[in-house]
Amino acid sequence: MEPLVQVDRVSKRYGRTLAVEDLSFGVAKGEVLGFLGPNGAGKTTTMRVITGFMPPSEGRVLVGGLDIAESPLEVRRRIGYLPENPPLYPEMEVTGFLEFAARLRGVPRTGIGPAVARAIERCALGEAREHIIGKLSRGYRQRVGLAQALVHEPELLVLDEPTAGLDPKQIHETRKLIRTLAGERTVVLSTHILPEVAVTCDRVVIIAGGRLRAEDTPESLVARLGAARSGRGTWEIETAPPADAAEAALRAVPGVARVEAGPETAERTQVLQVEAAGDREISTDLARALLEAGCPLYGLRRGGASLEDVFLALTTEEAEANGTGDGRGRSGATGEDP
Amino acid sequence: MRNALTIARREIAAALASPVAYVLFGAFAFLYGYFFADYLQSFVEAGMRMSQMGGFSGGTLNVNTDLIRWLMASTAILVLFLLPLLSMRTVSEEIRSGTMELLLTAPITDGQIVIGKFLAAFALYGGMLALTGLHVGVLFWFSRPGIAPVLAAWLGLALLGAGLLALGLFFSSLTRNQIVAGLLTFGALLVLWLVEFAGARGGDLGRVLAYLSVTGHMEGFARGVIATRDLVFYLSFAAFWLYLARESVRSRRWRG
Repeated sequence: MEPLVQVDRVSKRYGRTLAVEDLSFGVAKGEVLGFLGPNGAGKTTTMRVITGFMPPSEGRVLVGGLDIAESPLEVRRRIGYLPENPPLYPEMEVTGFLEFAARLRGVPRTGIGPAVARAIERCALGEAREHIIGKLSRGYRQRVGLAQALVHEPELLVLDEPTAGLDPKQIHETRKLIRTLAGERTVVLSTHILPEVAVTCDRVVIIAGGRLRAEDTPESLVARLGAARSGRGTWEIETAPPADAAEAALRAVPGVARVEAGPETAERTQVLQVEAAGDREISTDLARALLEAGCPLYGLRRGGASLEDVFLALTTEEAEANGTGDGRGRSGATGEDP
Repeated sequence: MRNALTIARREIAAALASPVAYVLFGAFAFLYGYFFADYLQSFVEAGMRMSQMGGFSGGTLNVNTDLIRWLMASTAILVLFLLPLLSMRTVSEEIRSGTMELLLTAPITDGQIVIGKFLAAFALYGGMLALTGLHVGVLFWFSRPGIAPVLAAWLGLALLGAGLLALGLFFSSLTRNQIVAGLLTFGALLVLWLVEFAGARGGDLGRVLAYLSVTGHMEGFARGVIATRDLVFYLSFAAFWLYLARESVRSRRWRG
């Protein structure tokens, strides 16, 4: 597919701080691209460059073949943007605000009414139509923000953390809405919530410290990391506390390198993390050892690499390389500021 | 132009939905009303003294030159003090609430944003000036002043306001805090007002300072004289600050 957005060696500096460095990736027409990274990785900066809010310090961005720097207005007309904090005027009514947004985005006079009606319908804002924005709940405000990004039917939707601050039901609805937009529209969304990417996105771009770490589908990212780690199987085994006997029994199984007591669950069961040295399949051996020792077995899960592992592995690489990180720790990744 | 008007319309509606505009209109109506009553009183007393002396003073009283002129000159000072309140929130508020991001990613130019904001503020100021028509109308009811000098004075006030609002718009675009914007505007206007007194000392520097006085150029208009030099001053003053405001909005993109 022909790429709608082409980010070409973009760097962005704020004074001396380098927020984004030599970033290149493409977004194909009709796909949902997840932009993943720890806080302060440069996600918002990159989105602001794509939407034409700020020019890049170096490099260029093409949208639909047009360079943002050369034809900013033409490009901005094709983009709908929802910043991290929805840009809303608290004193306006929902309908009035959406009309303003439509007019601002160059929707012709006669098309404004239908465009606003469509956006209201799409974002399920019917009930709040005549409410004052300042009095709406956080969830509704986020939807109004989404509606203003959609109102002019843009080819490209750029959503910065679209589910931040929503309750689980609202998150579910927002994701569903984004999925329905895919195909007819191209969506770039940023998030630091991993399951979100797996659920909503066709492709993932992972950045950390302002640099591109990986670019692929969620599935093949997981597969890639899984392959890199083969030879080190992990298991999660759920038994009853106290788990001393169970631990001892598992340690005795040939091939087991490490057993560690995990957290006690809400159901008052004990999780044990088991790591094997070789790549031999020992699931049944573990189960048998546990039962023979007379310990209950409530659950056994073979752990592959999860998207979370991929994420942590990719975003902490630099910290490790610089010797500033604490190995696999999350703090190494999130500590970097733009 | 459509884009600028879109912004201006929203801006005016927002101002009318908040108490700020009404408080400002009220304050202006009260203070202007006070000036009017005071000047009228002096005018009437002077008239009575003159008739008691039986015309020996040799002078005549004229509504235009002895009342309206001073009233309009005082209105200029009033405007100087009140307009920072009108201009301070224009851009600051958008920066603070994050709606600037909406404007800066919309398919409109930075210049259109600034012009839209300016037009809205100017329209509200026009509403304020319309209030003065009420009092002046009363004078027309009871006497026969010349209309042309009054129109010239209004033109002067409109131009003065345009300049002050443009300056205020620039300072508003510098900060997300509208109080800071208001104080900066007020400070700048105070300086541009006081240079008039510094300029009174004469000399080359004095002449330059006198020329820079924002209210000094109002005197001619208040007398009913439309001078090119005053017109040029106010128009270039407004254009200068609007240009700076646009550059300031543009620089916001670089600074993020």
